[in-house]
Amino acid sequence: MLNVSIYRYNPEVDSEPYMQDFEFDTQGKDIMVLDVLEKLKIEDPTLVFRRSCREGVCGSDGMNISGKNGLACVTPLSDAVKKNKLVIRPLPGLPVIRDLVIDMSQFYAQYEKIQPYMINNTPAPAIERLQSQEERAKLDGLYECILCACCSTACPSFWWNPDKFIGPSGLLQAYRFLADSRDTATEARLANLDDPFSVFRCHGIMNCVQVCPKGLNPTKAIGHIRDMLIRTAT
Amino acid sequence: MANIRTMTFDAVIVGGGGSGMRAALQLAQSGYKTAVITKVFPTRSHTVSAQGGITCAIASDDPNDQWQWHMYDTIKGADFIGDQEAIEYMCQTGPEAIFELEHMGLPFSRTEEGRIYQRPFGGQSKDFGKGGQAARTCAAADRTGHALLHTLYQGNLKNETTFLNEWFAVDIVKNSDNAVVGVVALNIETGETVYVKSKATVFATGGAGRIYASTTNAHICTGDGIGMALRAGFPVQDIEMWQFHPTGIHGAGTLVTEGCRGEGGYLVNKDGERFMERYAPNAKDLAGRDVVARSMVLEILEGRGCGPDGDHVYLKLDHLGEETLNAKLPGILELSRTFAHADPVKEPIPVVPTCHYMMGGIPTNVNGQALTVDAEGNDEVIEGFYACGEAACVSVHGANRLGGNSLLDLVVFGRASGMFIEQQLREGIELKDASEADIEAAMAGLNHLNDSTGGENASVLRAELQTIMQNYFGVFRRGDFMQEGITKLAALRPRIKNVALGDKSNAFNTSRIEALELQNLFEVAEATAITAEARTESRGAHAREDFQERDDVNWLCHSVFFPSDKRVGKRGVNFNLKTREAFEPQIRTY
Repeated sequence: MLNVSIYRYNPEVDSEPYMQDFEFDTQGKDIMVLDVLEKLKIEDPTLVFRRSCREGVCGSDGMNISGKNGLACVTPLSDAVKKNKLVIRPLPGLPVIRDLVIDMSQFYAQYEKIQPYMINNTPAPAIERLQSQEERAKLDGLYECILCACCSTACPSFWWNPDKFIGPSGLLQAYRFLADSRDTATEARLANLDDPFSVFRCHGIMNCVQVCPKGLNPTKAIGHIRDMLIRTAT
Repeated sequence: MANIRTMTFDAVIVGGGGSGMRAALQLAQSGYKTAVITKVFPTRSHTVSAQGGITCAIASDDPNDQWQWHMYDTIKGADFIGDQEAIEYMCQTGPEAIFELEHMGLPFSRTEEGRIYQRPFGGQSKDFGKGGQAARTCAAADRTGHALLHTLYQGNLKNETTFLNEWFAVDIVKNSDNAVVGVVALNIETGETVYVKSKATVFATGGAGRIYASTTNAHICTGDGIGMALRAGFPVQDIEMWQFHPTGIHGAGTLVTEGCRGEGGYLVNKDGERFMERYAPNAKDLAGRDVVARSMVLEILEGRGCGPDGDHVYLKLDHLGEETLNAKLPGILELSRTFAHADPVKEPIPVVPTCHYMMGGIPTNVNGQALTVDAEGNDEVIEGFYACGEAACVSVHGANRLGGNSLLDLVVFGRASGMFIEQQLREGIELKDASEADIEAAMAGLNHLNDSTGGENASVLRAELQTIMQNYFGVFRRGDFMQEGITKLAALRPRIKNVALGDKSNAFNTSRIEALELQNLFEVAEATAITAEARTESRGAHAREDFQERDDVNWLCHSVFFPSDKRVGKRGVNFNLKTREAFEPQIRTY
């Protein structure tokens, strides 16, 4: 039997959070962490977590699994169980609504701050705007972000300043638009980021890179933004 | 006494996926007070899982491509019960809708000329089926749905759309004229129930693939809009038409895009034979999805399936080379490695036909207005009620949807609904207010659930429902089996009505949501079952062993399921093309 320890907190009942232990029979199968949660919820309908696509593209089920942020639906037990124990907590650093469900408002607010949409005020052509394959290739590794918040909630700088530091996810998206040959707002975007906190609170700890379930590299993107900021400053 | 708060909007859209957000974008730009009610944060909607692309004649791959060829393919793919007026509108308007998305920033893959990359998909042809395979599906690698959904969300942020994120619409509020005047909705985080009042209520609630045990669909695809419409007494159309995607990963159900076969992959049986050459000599692996799915099932039934239980076939990709796979199908490599433990660079992916898409839904016209049928058999608009995307049956997919047409459908008709509602709002919409009793009526189901004592576990009941649908209403269907399935469903209805609510708290109570979703799933399942049994022919995705031929004399029509008396009626297919003569039904081969 696998020992599963899960963070529980229901604001209507609990004065403070606690860890609850469950015994779980894996029947020897290397299933996903989400499968374990789904099965446990049949026994305990009060267990609460988010989930949607169950294939790692919607970003709903980011959580802290045996100490590492990840998506429950694409994390097999073989990657998560240590000494026959699976420990599941909500993503760290943001307020908990209930059990494994966190309040992501601050995370989304940082995303919105970077103006995550194409800005191009030149008249649009009758067809698409042309973009070379080389220009398009610059968006690879950036546009795939699923806003799961695994990276930002693994970042000590974000824990410290979630209201002022954009965080790795938001900055990855900021660079996605800076890097897009079709976007014309580079100057305004950089001006919007040019303060001591938005970008420069990144200390290159690289937790973001380590946990990103899509294999993206926010630290590298942040490096590019720093370069651009420094270049405009000189 | 309906003692709940009222929030008032000009338009409210239920569903934050592709079609809902496209409609919302249109309305947000119009300046009307619009809200999107969405049970998950918008980018968690199931559109995000769409992979291969969005089919549209933008004449990038082939400068001479014509939208009329796309129209022909779609009508043929639909096995001639798609409404031709709607298909014409979709294929003709499509390029404009695609270019808008590109201008909004959608990161499409590119050709050497810098145009949008297009790949071949099933059922595509040039020159009305006479010019060979076309490559018409616009793609952002194999993450087109993700790219599209995020772009639409970003566009809505730019236009400051109001989102009620993690709110669940419970039931429709109707006034004394039988018009729709909003919904009762539940704020999942707080548990508060609110009457969301609106002059225009758009259902963009997506599909219901979770009625089946094996599905590519997300957990959230529970047919909430269909369930609500049926409970409100409104009919659904062609709901027996369910697409089984040929390539779901065996065991996991996860989708593997048709783009794999578009890029040159193919299916093999246990003997390594490329068996689609026998079933569809011309199009082979790129025949219509219904054709490929049936061929796979026949291979398996005839003992040529792969694996220890012979219960799947293989999708071979390794011959395409690692470089191509990394560039064109990176998401598939990731999914296959995770869920099939197979690296497509070296070995084939085990696949099996898996429930994927609901062709039927709430009948609408091209403006998104929901329809019912009056006593004389004439279409009648339901005032205040609209639908678009997978929840709607406009009907562009008929009995079988072509790959890449779902994203086009949701963009084109989300946009069309938004534009039409804007125009209606400008002209002025007068709907009678709902009475207290009208709001009470929409609260009844939720109140019953909240007051429940005892009852069975929702997960257990859901599994039972899914097994019935999988066993009796799958790829191949037979009258006597289906009758047995219908009997089993009838026995399940009271048990699901009295489902247990094991958690009665307010804050983020997902058990309550799952119980409500289960009730919606049941409504979809029952409508599917009764309609499937009634359609005594084989057409598109609806394949019957006891009626193997298409019957154009009796069934060249839509089915319409009326929930009040569980009656299956018929509705004429629209053959009114504006730009040319209609396409007459022909024998459908690939």
